[in-house]
Amino acid sequence: MAKVIVVTSGKGGVGKTTSSAAIGCGLAMSGAKTVIIDFDIGLRNLDLIMGCERRVVYDLINVINGEANLQQALVKDKRISTLFILPASQTRDKEALTKVGVEKVIADLKADGFEYIICDSPAGIEQGAMMALYYADEAIVTTNPEVSSVRDSDRITGMLSSKSHRAELQLSPIRVHLLITRYCPERVEKEEMLSIEDIDDLLGIELLGVIPESQDVLNASNLGEPVILNQDCDAGKAYQDAVDRLLGIDREFRFVTYRKKGFLSRIFGG
Amino acid sequence: MGLLKYFRQEKPKKGSARLAKDRLQIIVAHEHSFAARPSYLAEMQQEIVAVIRKYMDISSDDVKCEFSDKAEDDMSVLEVNVALPKHK
Repeated sequence: MAKVIVVTSGKGGVGKTTSSAAIGCGLAMSGAKTVIIDFDIGLRNLDLIMGCERRVVYDLINVINGEANLQQALVKDKRISTLFILPASQTRDKEALTKVGVEKVIADLKADGFEYIICDSPAGIEQGAMMALYYADEAIVTTNPEVSSVRDSDRITGMLSSKSHRAELQLSPIRVHLLITRYCPERVEKEEMLSIEDIDDLLGIELLGVIPESQDVLNASNLGEPVILNQDCDAGKAYQDAVDRLLGIDREFRFVTYRKKGFLSRIFGG
Repeated sequence: MGLLKYFRQEKPKKGSARLAKDRLQIIVAHEHSFAARPSYLAEMQQEIVAVIRKYMDISSDDVKCEFSDKAEDDMSVLEVNVALPKHK
């Protein structure tokens, strides 16, 4: 059964697109046919993060308006054969996204055999964000351990339970997962940053993953290679753990506690 | 004074996370209670005031409508409080 998963947050700049790219890649690497849809109409960026910006011809709005068919608009990933991108329009405005249009695109993707449909939401709570979450079966709420991000995550969680298709039809609610990004165990240890427990107390959402603050994330976006493809780095491993949990595999949480570096390792590194 | 200032600046600001959590707990709880309110509440309040005004001399400030929908309760409660002026 195909699953529609929205990656959302309310607040901007917390790592929605980075997470959509990483998790989409991870799911596709498990062998499942996966598509990541960019809902950020007018400000598309998923193509850059995925490294396929030069191969974009048609976009989501073209498909909704019938100016291109799905096969023309889907961009196939060069690294993973089961992964596809459906880019956002760079020129239209977000009003071009309609419930009817989005429903048709999702139905066509399901008919085409896609098992995971990842909706990369824009920031905010306007049309684009509401359309990205409307048909979701599951949601990944991306949160930084920081006050404004946590508050916005709480707001968007409320919308997931009241403004979605599932809520309006009184179906079983969207399954909501929490993904904490830019986590810094050292600062948590110093009580300078909200801890996983604090965020859990505040939001009460099932924890899917904790991505440590990492230089490798910027590197990955510079290269157009989703960070999960770099399995030598902590952030890549943490995303892989999150994907495994999404697939129902039990994984212990890593990179969440701070180990003070000893004298020798401080000198010699490692 | 300069020396005192020097020592104060050196002091690490421990525990700002604690304050962050406390502030968030308050604002999140407040926003939840607000979100639980039905959208018709304001209009209903005006209509209730209009009905009471037919019989009594009150202003709209004398009527308070509170809606509470706490998770731990079995039911939602709509509380309407009307403050009546004395000797009228």
